[in-house]
Amino acid sequence: MLLFILRRLILIVPILIGLTLLLFVVARLLPGDPVGLAAGPNASAETIAQLRQEFGFDQPLPIQYWTYLTGLLQGDWGTSVFTRRPVFEDILTFLPATLELVFAALLIAIVVGIPLGLLTAVYRNGVLDYVTRTLALGGIAMPRFFLGLLLQLAFAAWLGWLPLSGRYPFIEIPPETVTGFYTIDSLIAGDFYAFRVALAHLALPAFAMALSPLATIMRMMRASTIEVLQQDYVMTERALGLSNRLILFKYVLKNAMTSTLTVIGLYVSWLLGGTVLVETVFDWPGLGLYATQAILTQDFMPVIGVTLVIAIIYLITMLVVDVLYGVFNPKVRYE
Amino acid sequence: MTLLKISNLQLSMRSYEGETQILHGIDLAIERGEIWGMVGETGSGKSLTGLSISRLIPTPPGRYLAGSIEFQGKDLLKASEQEMRTLRGRHLGMIFQDPTTNLNPVFRIGTQLIDVALHAGHADPSVLGLSPGASRREFKRAARQTAIDMLAKVGIPEAAKRIDDYPHQFSGGMRQRVLIAMAMIGKPDLLIADEPTTALDVSVQAQVLRLIHDLVAERNIGVLLITHNLGVVAQICTHVAVMYRGRILEAGRVDDVLKRPSHTYTRALLDSVPTAHTKRGELRGLSDLSPEAFA
Amino acid sequence: MTVQHPITIPTRSQSARMENWSRAFYRFRQSWLSVIGLAIVLVLIVLAILAPYIVPYPEHVEGATNTAARFLPPSAEAWFGTNELGQDIFSLVLVGSQVSLFSGLAVVFIAIVVGTTVGAIAGYFGGWIDEVLMRLTDLLLTIPSLILAMTVAAALGTGVFNMIVAISITWWPAYARLVRGEVIGKKEEQFVVAARALGAGWLRILCRHILPNIVSPIVVKASLDMGFAILTVASLGFVGIGVKPPTPEWGTLLSGARSYMPDYWWTAVAPGMAIFLAVFAFNLLGDGLRDILDPKARR
Repeated sequence: MLLFILRRLILIVPILIGLTLLLFVVARLLPGDPVGLAAGPNASAETIAQLRQEFGFDQPLPIQYWTYLTGLLQGDWGTSVFTRRPVFEDILTFLPATLELVFAALLIAIVVGIPLGLLTAVYRNGVLDYVTRTLALGGIAMPRFFLGLLLQLAFAAWLGWLPLSGRYPFIEIPPETVTGFYTIDSLIAGDFYAFRVALAHLALPAFAMALSPLATIMRMMRASTIEVLQQDYVMTERALGLSNRLILFKYVLKNAMTSTLTVIGLYVSWLLGGTVLVETVFDWPGLGLYATQAILTQDFMPVIGVTLVIAIIYLITMLVVDVLYGVFNPKVRYE
Repeated sequence: MTLLKISNLQLSMRSYEGETQILHGIDLAIERGEIWGMVGETGSGKSLTGLSISRLIPTPPGRYLAGSIEFQGKDLLKASEQEMRTLRGRHLGMIFQDPTTNLNPVFRIGTQLIDVALHAGHADPSVLGLSPGASRREFKRAARQTAIDMLAKVGIPEAAKRIDDYPHQFSGGMRQRVLIAMAMIGKPDLLIADEPTTALDVSVQAQVLRLIHDLVAERNIGVLLITHNLGVVAQICTHVAVMYRGRILEAGRVDDVLKRPSHTYTRALLDSVPTAHTKRGELRGLSDLSPEAFA
Repeated sequence: MTVQHPITIPTRSQSARMENWSRAFYRFRQSWLSVIGLAIVLVLIVLAILAPYIVPYPEHVEGATNTAARFLPPSAEAWFGTNELGQDIFSLVLVGSQVSLFSGLAVVFIAIVVGTTVGAIAGYFGGWIDEVLMRLTDLLLTIPSLILAMTVAAALGTGVFNMIVAISITWWPAYARLVRGEVIGKKEEQFVVAARALGAGWLRILCRHILPNIVSPIVVKASLDMGFAILTVASLGFVGIGVKPPTPEWGTLLSGARSYMPDYWWTAVAPGMAIFLAVFAFNLLGDGLRDILDPKARR
């Protein structure tokens, strides 16, 4: 098992290198001049040339790439033409906010989706089943940004139950950074007021992100559970007197998890890549906003940097999913 | 008291085409120590009879029109689901045909065995050798020990080690033994075996049948062995019932029925079994008998 | 005691293929959700095609403003109200459907063409061609699609066409993988071996023999993808990349409406609901198609 994990981790490296090459080539091939844009419309030719040299854009392409690659490994991910800060620093600033959002969304989706899937499979064609399935169909079709807007309208503007936007109230000081997650950091500091505030701010955006994965996870779980319930071994378990609750929540759950696991893995990429849509609506200072601003100013270093980070997280997630496959289905264990 | 007494059991099943009556008044009585074979073609209703005893047929598509199933004097058709669950595993054991699909593949066999043992133990702690006031930990430990003992008894070598193995690490014959262990661990009084040897090859089949025979001798239980294989019936059954289309055409001691069959259908069944002397072209099926003869 | 009946072979009223289709149609009709999806999709398509002719206020779509009538709530004259420029939102949303639907269709179409080509070649020839093509495909799949699409679209510049190209670039790898898998599966079947033995070239084998047999999973995936393609188009618009005013597009309309929340909520609700409805309908349709075309997905 350990060997398997190690092997997979090592394999990630060439993938990332290939990725950087691809991204670099794409970035350079695309029309666009970040330096020109950053310098502004009134800049003189010398200023632009100077800026270009500053950012290393005057070197031939392969040298630029090599500089970039070696720099990556040392922690130098280039500099953002727009913010004038090292990309690495920028990413470290914005990553925790996005991760907190993605984790919260995934948590909601799993905690609600899996039990609902189980129950609607057991009580098929009941009221709960029809209602949930229709809501699920709607949930998948609902655009995250529109849902966010609606949630804002309903819960912040009209009902006033939850804050409108942001991670934390402007005038207050967020908890001391340990993980970068306001919710966890406040718990670590024992500050329950801060925890409640952070949670309140997290609620709406997390839910806006969570609905689509929740719906899909629920549907997947329902389908697998229905299939599992028809298996012979479930009949044997019933025939020997085991209670329905035990059969469902101990046995059937484990049997049905593998396909759902695949869905969860795929959704991590969807979540990470699409945070910008919700971050925009809620003014959530995350990686998505940073990347989008970089894209709009054709500032490619940050874009590559953000893509790399997301790719790393995605690859590690798929590794975790593969390991969990082995946990849930002993036949595929890599020992 | 008769261990199991089925009287005039009538069952119908509903499908898209409407409701069809499957069992047309089954009468059967099984005493302790008896191994009843139930033979018949596919679709004759043998499996449904077996499932009915444990009340495993869901009653929306199924409906019992009449009759009773008395187990140690208690009518199971009138029992509550709670009561049935207490009986299953503890007093009624059941094994099914395909050992590959009847064990949950992602759990160790020990887990499944222990859960059944715990279930039976909670209903009756003496099954595990415990007194009623035993603690949770004692229950778990006793259940595990009982499981290991049971595995050894059914002939699994190195039971203490293999209890933590997964089903795919066992061969087909061993899996069926594990299933028999699971069915017997609660010390049931009646074992219902639905085609237990059909998926096994002949040599393994003989071992499994011997196992069942020894269990009966040792614990004086009753067995309902559902099969379409007359050879199996001849080997270990003490009594046999011949089923056809939801009716029992003939029933009695196995010697009587097999050697001196009184019903044409039974005779046709026996005739269709090929022997070493059957010549080519002499194979007889049942197709040249019209169904209406036994309606 | 046997009874003999003369056996007659029933004659077909339709060819076997027609029978398959009519059976499929019948199964499709069984699920009323799918039928609703199909109905809504048809309505949307018709509306999109007829939009320029039936739009109530064509001048607003062109860019004309009517500041006197700004921010009017929904009424008989303006079903979805008016926006900050006094333009009728219903007209904007209606014409916007052209952009969204057409773009979505185009994206899926291009993705199928490119993806099938790449996947078929990779699957059929195998070896290093397969390796190289699949490495490239996998790399593209590792990049989060929205970011890639945004990057390419931003670099190419505004406009519907650029946006379609950008999104298609992120969409084709999934089809390539699907087709590759299917081609590898069909490659060793008897009918392919027979064709090869008869001297057929690779192009002929692929086009005439293999591809027609793998249409089903592609259609299933395409129908399930349509909704999400439209969603991606709207997402790009929302972020501000893609189409430029005055061309109305659901995502850009929604984005513009954000500034006027919550007082003038109808400016956002109309385009948002349009996106939702279109995606919802296409998803229902896609589910229905999948249920009849993909035997493994039977509930």
